[in-house]
Amino acid sequence: MPTVYVNDKPVEIGSQKLNCVQVAELAGTLVPHYCYHPGLSVVASCRMCLVEMGTLKDGKVTMIPKVFPGCQTPVKDGDVIVTGDYEKRDPKTPKLAYDAAYKPGDRAKKSQADTLEGLLLNHPLDCPVCDKAGECKLQDYSYQFGRSQSRLVDEKNTPPNKPELSSKITLFTDRCILCTRCVRFTREISGTAELQVVGRGHHEEIDVFPGRPLENKLSGNVVDLCPVGALGSKDFLYTQRVWYLKTADNVCPGCSTGCSIHTDVNKDVVQRIRARENLDNQGYWICDEGRWGYHYVRSPERVVRPLVKDAGAWKPAAWTDLLPKLKYAIDEAVLMSPKRVVVVLSPFLTVEEAFATGSAFKKMSPFVRLVLGPVPVVGEDDSYPKDVKGNPVTPAKFTIRAEKCPNRKGVEAVLAKLQGEVIPFSAVLPEFGSLAAVWFAGGYPNAEWVNDAVKAPHSPPALLVVQDFFLTKLAEAAAFVLPATAAFEKDGTFVNHAGYVQPFPRAAKPPVEARGELQLAFDLGNRKGLATVATVRKDLAKALPEYAALAELKPSAGKRMELATV
Amino acid sequence: MPIAEKDVVWLQEPKLGLLGQLYLPAIADGLRTTVGHMFKPTLTEQYPEQEPKLPGNYRGVHRLNRDHEGRTKCVACYMCATACPAHCIDIVAAPAPATWKDREKYPETFVIDELRCIYCGMCEEACPVDAIELTTLYDLTGLSREQMIFDKEKLLSVFDVTTKAGTDPVRTRAGALGPASEPPPGA
Repeated sequence: MPTVYVNDKPVEIGSQKLNCVQVAELAGTLVPHYCYHPGLSVVASCRMCLVEMGTLKDGKVTMIPKVFPGCQTPVKDGDVIVTGDYEKRDPKTPKLAYDAAYKPGDRAKKSQADTLEGLLLNHPLDCPVCDKAGECKLQDYSYQFGRSQSRLVDEKNTPPNKPELSSKITLFTDRCILCTRCVRFTREISGTAELQVVGRGHHEEIDVFPGRPLENKLSGNVVDLCPVGALGSKDFLYTQRVWYLKTADNVCPGCSTGCSIHTDVNKDVVQRIRARENLDNQGYWICDEGRWGYHYVRSPERVVRPLVKDAGAWKPAAWTDLLPKLKYAIDEAVLMSPKRVVVVLSPFLTVEEAFATGSAFKKMSPFVRLVLGPVPVVGEDDSYPKDVKGNPVTPAKFTIRAEKCPNRKGVEAVLAKLQGEVIPFSAVLPEFGSLAAVWFAGGYPNAEWVNDAVKAPHSPPALLVVQDFFLTKLAEAAAFVLPATAAFEKDGTFVNHAGYVQPFPRAAKPPVEARGELQLAFDLGNRKGLATVATVRKDLAKALPEYAALAELKPSAGKRMELATV
Repeated sequence: MPIAEKDVVWLQEPKLGLLGQLYLPAIADGLRTTVGHMFKPTLTEQYPEQEPKLPGNYRGVHRLNRDHEGRTKCVACYMCATACPAHCIDIVAAPAPATWKDREKYPETFVIDELRCIYCGMCEEACPVDAIELTTLYDLTGLSREQMIFDKEKLLSVFDVTTKAGTDPVRTRAGALGPASEPPPGA
C-alpha cells in the first residue's frame, strides 16, 4: 500500500490522487492555505501552504533543500512531508531517519511566518469593524503561525472600496490578499467571469469591467470563498458579529436540489445562510436564491398566529378556543361525507409532517382523499458553468432546479403509501366548490405560487382550512387560517429530486403563537404524547421500509436512499 | 474534607493582670485617641452638601466619547458588548452615513442598562477606539427602570457634561488603532 509520511506519521493513500494539503488532512495535521479550494483549480499563489518534502528510501530520508507549495505538489509512495507544526506532532510517533544536520519543520515554519508577514503588509488592522472577524482565516493563521508585530515602516496601501461591484456584494479592496478564489469561481463554476485581477504587483486589485457588475445566480458564493473580509454580503453587512451566531446544519427549501446549508441564527432569528460542503448532493456551492431567499421567515406580512374571519375581517384567535372548534368542524365533515374531504399536502412539508397529517386523516376515515399540493415550477433547470454566450456547459457543476419545492418526492412517497396513488392538486380543483372540507397544509414561501395554482375566481368548499405563510387568494376564502412553520423552524427530512434523503435539525424557534404541523397532526388525530420527529420517524419506518434508516439516523447526517415508490 | 484534630490550634485569652483588671490604663488609652482627634484636621465629608473629589480611575456612569467633529467615536464593533459580563450593552450597527469618510460602520443605537451593569470597566478595556469610558459620576438615580436604560444620546450627553465640568478629561491613548481614535487636531 502506498504510504506517505506526514510529520513522521505514516498515512496510507491507496490509489487516491492527493496533494500535500489533503494528505496532511488525512494525517490530522492542518496545512494552512488561502488560495487552495478543493472545488477550484490550483494556482499556488498565496504561498501559505509551504511544506518541506523528501523521500524515504532504504530507511533513510533525503530531504529536498527547499519548500514546496503543498496544494500544488502531488504525493507518491514513500514521500515525506514535514510541516511547520512538526514540533506539535504526536511524540509517540517513531522519528524517521533524518540527516543529523536537518532540523525538521524549521524552514516551513519560517516560510509560513514570512508569508503571513507579507500578506499583512497592506492588510488594514480594522478587525473590530470587519464582519469576517471571528471566522477570518487571516486572523486565525496570523495567531497560529504568524508574528505578533509588523516591521513595516512605510504607509499601507489603501485602495478605495468598491461597493458598486455588485448589487448584493461589496468589496473592501484594502482587505484583499489576492488569493483569487473569487476570480476562479466566476471563471470555473459560474462561467460568467465577471471578476479579474487588475494592476500589477503592489497595485493588484480585484475588479469588474466597467458596466459589467458581478451579477450571476451564484455570485454569493464568492463571499463564502473569501478567506478574509474583502468580499462582504450586503445582506449581512454590519448586522451581526459572527461569534454571536449559532449554526445549524440545515437543508435549503428553495428548490428540489435541497442544497446542504449552514443556517446561522442569533436569538432565534435567521441571520445568514451559507453553503455546506456535501459532495453527495450539490457540492460546495449554493445559489443566491437560497442564500438570500430566507427573508420570508421574518416578513411583516407573515401569518404568525391563527386567524378566523369575524365580520369580514381577520381576527387573531387563541389556540385553546380555536382548536376544539376546528376539530369539531373537521370531524363533522369527515363523519358526514368522508369522500368529499380533501387534505392537500404541499411539497414544502417534511416527510414526517406529511406522514403524520396524512395518517391522522386516513385514521378518521380511509375515504378521505390526500392530494399533493401545487408544485411550483419556475422557468427551466439552470445549469452552471455557462459559456460566453450564456449557454450551459457540460459537465454541469451546479444546477438550480426549476421545481421550487424541496420535498415533492418525499410527500409523493408518503401519499403513495397511504392511499396507493398520488392525486395532483389540479385534479381536485374543478370540484372544489362541491367539497365538504379542504385542509390545505401549505407553507409556500411565495404567495403567488398558490395564487397561480388556484385559478381565481374559484368557489370555496364548505369548510376550508389553510395553513400558510401569507394570506393567499386561497386563504382569503378560508374559515380558518393557521400559521405555517418554515424549514428552518422544525426538524424533519427532505427528499430531493434525485431521491437523496436529508434529515435536518431545527435552527430557530417558530413564532410563539404558531403551532407546528406535526403537533397539529397529533391534535387532529387525538394522539397523546410528545409530537417529535423521532416518534413519527418510528411510525414512518414501519410504514415505509425505505425510510427505516431514518429512525436511527443522527440529525444532519445525510444518507442516500433510493425510494422504491417513485 | 473534615479538619484533622492535629490541625486545630486552641487559643486561650491572655489572663488580665492587676492593671488590666482596673481598666484605668485602657480608659486613658481610649481618651487619648478621642482627644487627639479633636485637634486633628476634620476628615468627615459633609455629603451631600459637600461633594467628594473622586480619583480619575473611579468607575461610575458610562459615557460615549465624541471625536473632534462631535460624532460618536464608537465604530459599533461590539467588543464592549462581548466583554460585558452582565450583558447590559445592546448595540445595533449600521453603515455609517456617506459623509463620514473615515469609517464604514457606526452604532445606530447604543443602549446600556445601568441597572444591570456591575461597573467593572471591562467595556472600557475592550474598546479599540477609546469610545466608551467610565466617568466619576456616582450618584446615579432614576424614578423608573426605564430611566436607567441609557441610550446613545444620553451617553453622549454624559460626555458633554463631564468634559464641560472638567471632572473627567478624555483619557484617549491617541490613535493606536484607527482613524476614529485619532486625537483632535491641536490637542
